[in-house]
Amino acid sequence: RKHAGVEILDAKTREKLCFLDKVEPQATIAEIKNLFTKTHPQWYPARQSLRLDPKGRSLKDEDVLQKLPVGTTATLYFRDLGAQISWVTVFLTEYAGPLFIYLLFYFRVPFIYGHKYDFTSSRHSVVHLACICHSFHYVKRLLETLFVHRFSHGTMPLRNIFKNCTYYWGFAAWMAYYINHPLYTPPTYGAQQVKLALAIFVICQLGNFSIHMALRDLRPAGSKTRKIPYPTKNPFTWLFLLVSCPNYTYEVGSWIGFAIMTQCLPVALFSLVGFTQMTIWAKGKHRSYLKEFRDYPPLRMPIVPFLL
Amino acid sequence: MGRWTEAATAARSAGPPATPLPLSATSLGCGATMASSEEDGTNGGASEASEEKEATGRRRRLGFLATAWLTFYNIAMTAGWLVLAIAMVRFYMEKGTHRGLYKSIQKTLKFFQTFALLEIVHCLIGIVPTSVLVTGVQVSSRIFMVWLVTHSIKPVQNEESVVLFLVSWTVTEITRYSFYTFSLLDHLPYFIKWARYNFFIILYPVGVAGELLTIYAALPYVKKTGMFSIRLPNKYNVSFDYYYFLLITMASYIPLFPQLYFHMLRQRRKVLHGEVIIEKDD
Repeated sequence: RKHAGVEILDAKTREKLCFLDKVEPQATIAEIKNLFTKTHPQWYPARQSLRLDPKGRSLKDEDVLQKLPVGTTATLYFRDLGAQISWVTVFLTEYAGPLFIYLLFYFRVPFIYGHKYDFTSSRHSVVHLACICHSFHYVKRLLETLFVHRFSHGTMPLRNIFKNCTYYWGFAAWMAYYINHPLYTPPTYGAQQVKLALAIFVICQLGNFSIHMALRDLRPAGSKTRKIPYPTKNPFTWLFLLVSCPNYTYEVGSWIGFAIMTQCLPVALFSLVGFTQMTIWAKGKHRSYLKEFRDYPPLRMPIVPFLL
Repeated sequence: MGRWTEAATAARSAGPPATPLPLSATSLGCGATMASSEEDGTNGGASEASEEKEATGRRRRLGFLATAWLTFYNIAMTAGWLVLAIAMVRFYMEKGTHRGLYKSIQKTLKFFQTFALLEIVHCLIGIVPTSVLVTGVQVSSRIFMVWLVTHSIKPVQNEESVVLFLVSWTVTEITRYSFYTFSLLDHLPYFIKWARYNFFIILYPVGVAGELLTIYAALPYVKKTGMFSIRLPNKYNVSFDYYYFLLITMASYIPLFPQLYFHMLRQRRKVLHGEVIIEKDD
């Protein structure tokens, strides 16, 4: 019940950055971060990593000072996480880019293909279908970012936006260039191939959306509780019986569908790279589920049923 | 800065490669038992003694088989590059010209440089503490130069720039592999360590110059023949232009080389002069 003193040292140089006296013992790390910002305004709370040990884990915003293993004066180590940007901003930028860029190629805006092709239209119906699917995919992602997803972190390092946008925008331009090219070659097996691919694409888009909704319903707004996701009445969610991250499974499926539809090697490469990254994420998520929940369903694999 | 910071990290685990190309800086970690503590940057003022102690410490955790294999591998590679060096010197002494030099040593070069692909496996199975990605990139760039440039584009084989990078690679690799060998045998002469952390100052830029000039010399031939290129239309709706690929590769040296070079300079100060350098956070 006595007021505590908190000293904050730089984790690398051990230099004393600040001493906060008369801190309430029930103060949270979040509140301490706000106090620290007052003396060092360039380090807003999202950029602060405070820890008990200079090489240890970051303390959580919800942690209470009183409950930490510290004496009457707490020593916290500070690390600058670098400029931060909100997840929502990053997602919106990453997804708006491909939507817009693909359309530039679809409408054959000048300076991309030869001048005689400016603003012309492809004579292949699959090219129009591909544009609809690609655009639908990114519109869906934008809407989900705004209305569906509940982010557990507020921010990420600023440099991520450059990395992520280069990846999404770059691949979108590369794919769109070939699909909308005047010399595009439609799929070898014609309408049959396109119909099958479209079916895969639509099923996976619906599946992916169903999983996002199910995950959203798992966590009430504003809470940070974590629960094991289970299948619901929606058949698309039954994939939870076999994998931990069916949203990623469906996402890869969508892109495989798109690759078959367009028979375009860059699309296949994009699917492969995406699959690799999502597998890494899925394995991480799967591992943390296993660590956190003793009764985690043993049949589940991270991303591919029975295999991976 | 992603993977190139990793490269820097790997560089710390086995010292700077003293090679021409940042991309060709063939593995900084592979075959070495360099202090893993260098990798996590806690080895600020590493003295020679602690460095070697760390090397021993790490090796004790390696199985006997792994140590035996790595020792054999590093001795073999040292020998191979020595043979190359001698062959090159003899050729020049006999013929007095660099013309035909590449042709005379190409089989040996291809053999030993390709064999270095094993270093990726060493990292994969964990007997060497470097990242697979970094090693992969480094070995790949050497393979690229040997197989996709000098082997495939015959007209450049007699360029002087080829000699430039060959000499640079040879001296670098002999130094590097003997460094690893001696480290594994627990008996590292100071001059080898000195060589390893000083030769690169000259060899790195020389090698880069050699590689860039060689690629530049290859450009007209590539453009004329359209080699390794895929044109539209084709049923996989993809295209590839080797000429532009080479241009982009050349351009990529601009951001990459200075980073790796200056990183190695910093490593040199740490290891040879015991300077404590606080790294800027990534």
